[in-house]
Amino acid sequence: MDRLEWSDTNLVPGEEQVNLQPGIAVYDGQDKTCFENGVLTLTTHRVIWKDNRDRTRVLTLQHSLVVYIEEQPSGFAKSAKIAVHVSAPGPNKKPGPVTQSRYDYIRFSFREAGEGQFFRDYNEQLQQKKWEHVIPQRKPGASRHRAGIMGIERTIQQTHANTDKNISQAFQDLTKLMEKAKEMVAISKSIATKIKDKQGDVTDDETIKFKSYLLSMGIPNPVTRDTHGSGDKYYTELARQLSNVLEKPLKECGGIMTLTDVYCRVNRARGMELLSPEDLLNACEMFELLRLPVRLKTFDSGVMVLQLQSHDEDQVIHLTTQLVEDKGSITAEDLSKEVGVSVILAKERLLLTEKVGGVCRDECVEGLRFYPNLFLTKVTCIT
Amino acid sequence: MADFAWPWQYNFPPFFTIQPNLETRKKQLEAWCALVLDYHRQNKSYSVDVTEIQSAPLFCNKKLDRKLSIEGIYMVLEELRKQGHIEWKDPKTKKQGLLMWRTPEEWGKLIYSWVSSKSMQNSVCTLYELSEGEDSEGTEFHGLEKWLLLRALQTLQDQGKAEVINFDGNEGVKFF
Repeated sequence: MDRLEWSDTNLVPGEEQVNLQPGIAVYDGQDKTCFENGVLTLTTHRVIWKDNRDRTRVLTLQHSLVVYIEEQPSGFAKSAKIAVHVSAPGPNKKPGPVTQSRYDYIRFSFREAGEGQFFRDYNEQLQQKKWEHVIPQRKPGASRHRAGIMGIERTIQQTHANTDKNISQAFQDLTKLMEKAKEMVAISKSIATKIKDKQGDVTDDETIKFKSYLLSMGIPNPVTRDTHGSGDKYYTELARQLSNVLEKPLKECGGIMTLTDVYCRVNRARGMELLSPEDLLNACEMFELLRLPVRLKTFDSGVMVLQLQSHDEDQVIHLTTQLVEDKGSITAEDLSKEVGVSVILAKERLLLTEKVGGVCRDECVEGLRFYPNLFLTKVTCIT
Repeated sequence: MADFAWPWQYNFPPFFTIQPNLETRKKQLEAWCALVLDYHRQNKSYSVDVTEIQSAPLFCNKKLDRKLSIEGIYMVLEELRKQGHIEWKDPKTKKQGLLMWRTPEEWGKLIYSWVSSKSMQNSVCTLYELSEGEDSEGTEFHGLEKWLLLRALQTLQDQGKAEVINFDGNEGVKFF
């Protein structure tokens, strides 16, 4: 009896149903059990007993545990029985109704006859040993039909496992890349120090050349938390470096640059030692304190920009007003093309000009256009 | 309406967007108020129906494909109310309003000066005579709605220049 396992009636791959007999009671050796009336199914791998009343009570006995079976003919007030002699359970036995049994055999009582055919089929299956021919598991990824919720759950689990594997693989690649990049940075650093010390036979021309290479590669000695610790000192140094690096690009793009652009540019230049947005912002807030030529400015709309201190807002307003007057009306896109700044900045320029009354807006389905502020400039002729 | 002289702002697209710049907005609202009053004066209309006026040419420039938003309209009307040109019939829902493109005082003055020019002081005339009568034809207050006429006369009465009298359901006024 302790060889029986709780189970379900699902057949495993390769398993086939052979015989089915209702009205079966299960005996633990000589003793009656509470499994009194059920359907006994014979498959190529096992016998399955299913309770007639409670369909979830399903027991199974693997053929692999069977030593031999014997037929016990019916007698007076006694149904015919099949006694199944079983070997000791294996270590990976699933839980069953009882954990221990005095008997080494189980008896199935056939109360509705049919034992003859069942016995013959049972013996045949035991001889054929089909349960040993395990159908090779298909490789994961190949589609397999599985019925029921169990099947769906298994598929989901498999997908998870696959994704997991892919991710870890990808990160492995990334780690490798990081290692390589670190080497690259180390090389560039060593070249930088060599140039500084003028070691070896490097001529002035070559030095300049090297320097330009290094500059195009990025910032040769980025300020990091490692080199400059944490807290204020780090931010001050970072602010100085940022101001140094950004002064020229700022001049090139009209004296003003959005913080997002700055973030991208700086991090591209820094290569490995990436800056977090917070660090960048914190450093930018130091500009004013340190009297650096670059300043952080937040527009009313919340857009943050860096601008050169020499950047003259009045002049920008004047120019924008002039431009709008020349064009008649203008959108932020038009202005961005006209003066070569990003659309966001163009819009900020217009809003700034609007704030001082230089232009006025026209909001319609086509978008936002700006017009010369005739309300203020044109003499009202209405009385 | 073909002969209505639209101000230049009417053909200026930003006119139909309430301007965020306060100074600009002030000028814009001034222009709107003047336009609304002019428009109604031309039509000799003394009431405002917000639902109707939304799609009227006044707030809706088909040529430019622009219209003033309902918020904008209310902003203009509120401005007019502050100046005493509008009184809501339903102050809570603000759908119907009385529009006075001239304030009752101004009307009163106008009427009184007309009465003086006709030397009608110390005589009594009915309200109908004043607004619809032959004598007043050609004057600006000809066709003036009764409620407004009464208001105008009321101001004169407060100044002691006239007295509104009521005899047998007929209303009349005596000028001094």
